[in-house]
Amino acid sequence: MSRMETLTTPLLQVEHLTKRYGTRIGCADVSFDLWPGEVLGIVGESGSGKSTLLSCLAGHLTPDAGRVIFDTRDGPRDVLAMGEPERRRLSRSDWAFVHQNPRDGLRMGVTAGGNVGERLMAVGARHYGDIRAKATDWLGRVEIAAERIDDRPSAFSGGMQQRLQIARNLVTGPRLVFMDEPTGGLDVSVQARLLDLLRGLVREMGLSAIIVTHDLAVVRLLADRLMVMKGGHVVESGLTDQVLDDPQHAYTQLLVSSVLQV
Amino acid sequence: MIRISGVSKNFTLHNQGGAVIPVMAGAALSVAPGECVGLVGASGAGKSTLMRMVWGNYLAASGSIMVGGLDVAQAEPRQIIALRRSTLGYVSQFLRVVPRVPTLDVVAEPLLQLGVPQDQARDRAAALLARLNIPQRLWSLSPTTFSGGEQQRVNIARGFAHGYPALLLDEPTASLDAANREVVLSLILEAKARGAAILGIFHDEGARARVCDRLVDVTGFTPKVAA
Amino acid sequence: MTDHAYNFAYLDEQTKRMIRRAILKGVAVPGYQVPFASREMPMPYGWGTGGVQVTAACLTPEDVLKVIDQGADDTTNAVSIRKFFQRTAGVAVTDATAAATMIQTRHRIPEQALTEDQILVYQVPIPEPLRFLEPRETETRKMHSLEEYGLMHVKLYEDIARHGSIATAYAYPVKVEGRYVMDPSPIPKFDNPKLSDSPALQLFGAGREQRIYALPPYTQVVSLDFDDHPFTASKAPHDCDLCGASESYLDEVIMDDAGGRMFVCSDTDFCASRRAEGHVGRLGEDQFSSKKIANSFEGICGGAEGTQ
Repeated sequence: MSRMETLTTPLLQVEHLTKRYGTRIGCADVSFDLWPGEVLGIVGESGSGKSTLLSCLAGHLTPDAGRVIFDTRDGPRDVLAMGEPERRRLSRSDWAFVHQNPRDGLRMGVTAGGNVGERLMAVGARHYGDIRAKATDWLGRVEIAAERIDDRPSAFSGGMQQRLQIARNLVTGPRLVFMDEPTGGLDVSVQARLLDLLRGLVREMGLSAIIVTHDLAVVRLLADRLMVMKGGHVVESGLTDQVLDDPQHAYTQLLVSSVLQV
Repeated sequence: MIRISGVSKNFTLHNQGGAVIPVMAGAALSVAPGECVGLVGASGAGKSTLMRMVWGNYLAASGSIMVGGLDVAQAEPRQIIALRRSTLGYVSQFLRVVPRVPTLDVVAEPLLQLGVPQDQARDRAAALLARLNIPQRLWSLSPTTFSGGEQQRVNIARGFAHGYPALLLDEPTASLDAANREVVLSLILEAKARGAAILGIFHDEGARARVCDRLVDVTGFTPKVAA
Repeated sequence: MTDHAYNFAYLDEQTKRMIRRAILKGVAVPGYQVPFASREMPMPYGWGTGGVQVTAACLTPEDVLKVIDQGADDTTNAVSIRKFFQRTAGVAVTDATAAATMIQTRHRIPEQALTEDQILVYQVPIPEPLRFLEPRETETRKMHSLEEYGLMHVKLYEDIARHGSIATAYAYPVKVEGRYVMDPSPIPKFDNPKLSDSPALQLFGAGREQRIYALPPYTQVVSLDFDDHPFTASKAPHDCDLCGASESYLDEVIMDDAGGRMFVCSDTDFCASRRAEGHVGRLGEDQFSSKKIANSFEGICGGAEGTQ
């Protein structure tokens, strides 16, 4: 019936992932499964290890122990055991990474069209007309006017830059998207629009996503499931609304009760 | 369709000295397809708590909560997500939506989640909104700016967009005028007629009498130590 | 005369060996940028210090050297490098492409087809073709090693988006033997087809950037492009006004301040040889209007260091 019932293999299986910075713990013994079409939120305060975890999952950091098994098009593979060329290829074709600061995820000296087209060209597209048509289509999907295609991102507002970054990441139809505070640093009204956009894209493309944020309102609206981290450990996980409305762990209760009500 | 047995619930307040508050014990009830069961009991007796446990929003400390063959008390999050998508609907008293999303899309979303084509989903949403007397000029606006009564009706439209085999209704007729109350009651009766199992909380006694086949008093599930 | 204060061709033998090792590695991996310990040369960076070191490492006393700059044998850069090797190596020099065994060039490939007995040495200012869009050297090296060249097409995409066609006219990126993307040095893209399948050994030296790379004879070199915007080797749509050649790369020369101009072969040796064979262009016989200009482009009147 729905996507999630028909598929029986997790897209991502994380087993006992541990990363230390010397004697300090980055993240410790983290395990979870991510299923196709699922959005997983990871929350926790600064220094809780959520960004370290995301970096380890996305291959930006090398963990000290554990396995990250991704269901590639050729079957499940341990990403950490892959060679760098293969992992980078995977990160261009099947994965996407949306940075908190769009400047980290965009080429600021390249036009919007070039930014969106880069991933297409990286996987072998060599027809200018096709690349441009696809870039135009994607700019439309993230609500950027087609006539801005030859403008550089430096001429865009923060919200537009973030939407451009999303288009650039999703144009090749990845299956797993990592997002690091995707709405951080944006105005509240711009955040709302971005959230709606992300929800629609996740639904239409059947994307799986892992979203790291400290904003509980964002995960309530975007994430199906939630993991709460503290001191590098996952202290609680479950259905998003269940974790937020009936938190079991002392830290989660503190976190939830600390949110200002509007 | 819905069968609850031996369900208990405690709240542990870690930040208030680890106080454990038992709020429910030995809860049991069942709802058959086409049946509507009303929960009654004094305010704070645990009607909403029980409802939220069926929805998977609150964790049950013990017992089983079977909904369409799945034990919500034991299920994996993804199983509950799938259950909510296709089998179990919930009309809460609060409307929680992404700001700035048009009302029409808010109502159509449960159908879109199920893969219904956008135009079909929007048609269904429009029909429900019209029936619930939400003026068409408001459909393109976000419901976050609506009045309480309008938000409630949007919430109901959303809950009834898909023909869920099981429905949870938390005061669906509260803060509605007579005409709209009538529409909601007929929606509930139609859902029963197509075989939906409905568990509801109705403070409105007239409404309760119209739609409920049986009533269950949750006071009986109150733990002995409490009070 | 050789200046005996210096070793043959200026560099000491150990340095030349080091450079030869880099060259051999470059030949073994066509298009790959080999780092080398570039020496301070007695001329400023940008004047061909990379090319000079490669030439010095390859030069033998029997060689006949030709040096060109933008196709001409008589411009400052060409003249000083030629003099430098005459003084430090005492080798014979020539302007005739066919007579040379070693040719050092800046910004051109001679029009006359090269042979297996020749080495062409390019002076390279920026060896990294990806530098334009990715300034991190660590990252560009990784991109080369993993063959991640999507970015190179982004540059061409940007060209078309901004100008309607690929506006890159020189230093046009190429792919070597289907593997490494390479900057062919700032030669006009007109010359790009000559890179491929050349019988001559082609060596590239970047002094400031300390890189050497190579195209061994008969290497396949393809200019990057899009399916719907194919590579074209463009030139000014004229014939040479001096020798009438229609297939050579042309320089535009402004004649006066009233819009007068002429197009002449940028390869002076090619032009002069054709005229010696009797070919005449539009202005080639007009003594009064073009004698001076023609002279200045003949490149064969430099008596001081002439070899005839």
